[in-house]
Amino acid sequence: MTELHAREPLIFELGKPGRGAMSQLPPAAATPLELPAHLRRSVAPALPEVSELQTVRHFTRLSQLNFSIDTHFYPLGSCTMKYNPKACNSLAMLPEFLARHPLAGEPQGFLACMFELQEMLRDITGMQAVSLTPMAGAQGEFAGVAMIRAYHRERNDDARREIIVPQAAHGTNPATAAMCGCTVREIACDRSGDIDLAALRAAVGAHTAGIMLTNPSTLGVFEHRIAEVAAIVHEAGGLLYYDGANLNAILGKVRPGDMGFDVIHMNLHKTFSTPHGGGGPGSGAVGVGPRLVPYLPIPLVAREEGRYRWLTERDRPSSIGRLSGFMGNAGVNLRAYIYMRMLGREGMVRVAEFAALNANYLLKRLQQIGYEAAYPTRRASHEFIITLKQEARLYQVTAMDVAKRLLDLGFHAPTTYFPLLVPECLLIEPTETEAKEELDRFCDAMSTIRREMEKEPEKLRSAPHTMPVRRLDDVRAVKQPDLSFKPAA
Amino acid sequence: MPFIPHTADDVARMLEVIGARSIDELFEEIPAALKAKSLGAVPPALSEMEVARLLGDRAAADGRLLCFVGAGAYEHHIPAPVWAITTRGEFYSAYTPYQAEASQGTLQLIYEFQSMMCALTGMDVSNASLYDGASALAEACLMAVRAHRTPDSRRILVPRGVNPIYERVVRAITGHQGLTIEPVDFDRRTGCTTIAALEAHGTQGAAALVVQQPNFFGVLEDVDALTDWAHAHDLKVIATVNPISLALLKPPGEWGGGTGALKGADIACGEGQPLGVPLASGGPYFGFMTTRMHNVRQMPGRIVGRTVDLEGRPGFTLTLQAREQHIRRSRATSNICTNQGLLVTAATIYLSLMGATGLDRVARLCVARTGELVRALTQIPGVRLKFDSPRFHEAVLELDRPVGPVLEALAARGIAGGLDLAECYPDLGHALLVCATETKLPEDIERFADALADIMKKGHA
Repeated sequence: MTELHAREPLIFELGKPGRGAMSQLPPAAATPLELPAHLRRSVAPALPEVSELQTVRHFTRLSQLNFSIDTHFYPLGSCTMKYNPKACNSLAMLPEFLARHPLAGEPQGFLACMFELQEMLRDITGMQAVSLTPMAGAQGEFAGVAMIRAYHRERNDDARREIIVPQAAHGTNPATAAMCGCTVREIACDRSGDIDLAALRAAVGAHTAGIMLTNPSTLGVFEHRIAEVAAIVHEAGGLLYYDGANLNAILGKVRPGDMGFDVIHMNLHKTFSTPHGGGGPGSGAVGVGPRLVPYLPIPLVAREEGRYRWLTERDRPSSIGRLSGFMGNAGVNLRAYIYMRMLGREGMVRVAEFAALNANYLLKRLQQIGYEAAYPTRRASHEFIITLKQEARLYQVTAMDVAKRLLDLGFHAPTTYFPLLVPECLLIEPTETEAKEELDRFCDAMSTIRREMEKEPEKLRSAPHTMPVRRLDDVRAVKQPDLSFKPAA
Repeated sequence: MPFIPHTADDVARMLEVIGARSIDELFEEIPAALKAKSLGAVPPALSEMEVARLLGDRAAADGRLLCFVGAGAYEHHIPAPVWAITTRGEFYSAYTPYQAEASQGTLQLIYEFQSMMCALTGMDVSNASLYDGASALAEACLMAVRAHRTPDSRRILVPRGVNPIYERVVRAITGHQGLTIEPVDFDRRTGCTTIAALEAHGTQGAAALVVQQPNFFGVLEDVDALTDWAHAHDLKVIATVNPISLALLKPPGEWGGGTGALKGADIACGEGQPLGVPLASGGPYFGFMTTRMHNVRQMPGRIVGRTVDLEGRPGFTLTLQAREQHIRRSRATSNICTNQGLLVTAATIYLSLMGATGLDRVARLCVARTGELVRALTQIPGVRLKFDSPRFHEAVLELDRPVGPVLEALAARGIAGGLDLAECYPDLGHALLVCATETKLPEDIERFADALADIMKKGHA
């Protein structure tokens, strides 16, 4: 067993009154401050008092306690943890881009990138128009459902307030529907992971606003009867929303617009390789078919007589409005643009091909080791689910135990317990940027874990053993919330 | 093949294991009629060298302006360590810290961030961030309605001194849940929200009052009076504040004369960009939100807590997740999941480097430089100060002519001279919102003043 890392103190515990990063201090103001006393703060905020080196060392050490794509294979299903090319970051951080205030004119170089990004995304999704302003997938979903509502409202059909989602849908889908003032109806999937069409037919009606779908679905399989699903929903007067969480699986192979979807959000931080940053920023660009174009969130970029400009309230009176203070996560969009230019047309298609190759290879190898596929008759898309229900019964180990043991063996864990309807599941997404050798090493680790299940299951139940901390007491975290550092009085 | 490591031999061996003849066969479940044609709008691939040239040329074409625009995004010095560390792969390329044991770096950092935001705002708890200042205010309005616990109370009073773009975002995000946003007028002399204007609105069915400090015009509101008025009428108080200004100004947690549950604002939120995040054409930035402990279960977004591991050693984990979409689904406090973690990383490093002393210096210099800017510009014929109130680092100037052409003339001289308020405040006349932070030196202010004087003079001729 490797030595545990030493604990890193809180930054507050490193400080001392009077210490600071002195070269960062601006000069003292020459004139005394003239602000009324009743508007002033009486006690200085309790911030750290540390030197520049202490700060650099502390946060560098903290970074070293993380697993990341740059350091570890990270097969987190539904999250598309592919390589984030360094050039995307360094070029998006060119000083002229960073220095530009969002309300200081219309910089043609930057806007050209945004316009071309809109065009490329439009083409890839088979949609009519794209807006880049939503700041994450969930905000893209919000924009999508808000547009569906605006469409029905403008047709005097505002009673359509029900959104249909498959049982296995990501939690953001129902949460988004509720934020848009809709109710949610869940429908079942059949044994092969497809939507139950009879249930869908029974569910739709004059109350149906639309359906939110992921394809390939959250079960990791392609919904082959998507054309029938689209026909059923459209005939009932509803619209189809495509959750782009799994777009990586079909990039350049099949376009959501061609499948019959009216609106899509993309996660640029998944499919187009912008960083996840330990929890964001994302970017949730939305694309729409002809019916929803007037409602796109603003601002959009237009090209008129060779110049680029922002379209705002004046140009787009039917828009659902603004979702951000300026223009969304502009720098994230710029990173996605750079990535797409480096991949090019052929590269886009290869993303899906090699993501599928890696996923199907890994699935087959894990089956050979003895793991059970949740949908054994289906091809994997860019990801797949294995279920540990047998192992749970035989050896009293859980999917969480396997996940934690993988950390010891040098791999980030797959997604656990999602989707909820597959018992003891691991959702595994290798992505196209992993080499065969890395996948083989992962299989070796899963083999080791299988042996340990049989011979020493306690080792799994008590894993991880080599991380900076052992398993954490989540119950205590909730019951005795300690959410901020309180300096000793 | 960009970023794909497979050799031809790898592909052959992998297909053999899968039992497929070709990669195409892996897509056999997609109906043939649906298969995509070539992507016409995506150009052929560029190498890194080629894309670097393209982006370099575009950045150079955009150039650099001397910036006196504020209005929600502010140019501050960003210490070199901030982005050197933030862009380390271990922070940059990690996911949301679901596997706590393999994410202690990000989790501890967020806990430290939460602690710093509580210290700045004078509140008990902070979340791990929201998308930006505008969407944070929208979430705060929804949260205030939940915390108010009176189902019919869905009116939110939003003074016109609140950032007008924020007001639009609040409408767009909260409208579907039946919230109504009511503008409250400001005093024409001071630019501040008055109790008289609030009284005129009535409080029947009102859930909250938004108080922006400093307000959009840069002037300081009487936050104590507004807070006490709101609490006396059973309204929640939502503070939207500039985090740099909090080095000097009374933190929202201490606003008003209330005690116990009525002490201070109920929710504080704002735009985190001034804390080490570059302007970058508007994003990515981050929104912050803090509140009192008794409201924590109504708060949207991720929260990190400190707990212990199996061996009793301290460690950090995502907590209170029963508020969130992956557990509560359609009954969640919000649909937010991915937030702005990397920007929080930058802000936490920024606040560590600056400390209370550094932040105080920055804030004082902002006030001083803006004072110098206002003095210099108002000496120009045809330029006068609009509001007579204490201010932080922005001011509204009134010109004797439309602002748009003046800003264009300034831009031609490499100066971003402020924001024209004509669209959002047509009733203010020819109003220009200007800003000076610690980054503006006396010679920069002189350059702006000389250019403006020249433009104003030419305009008369």
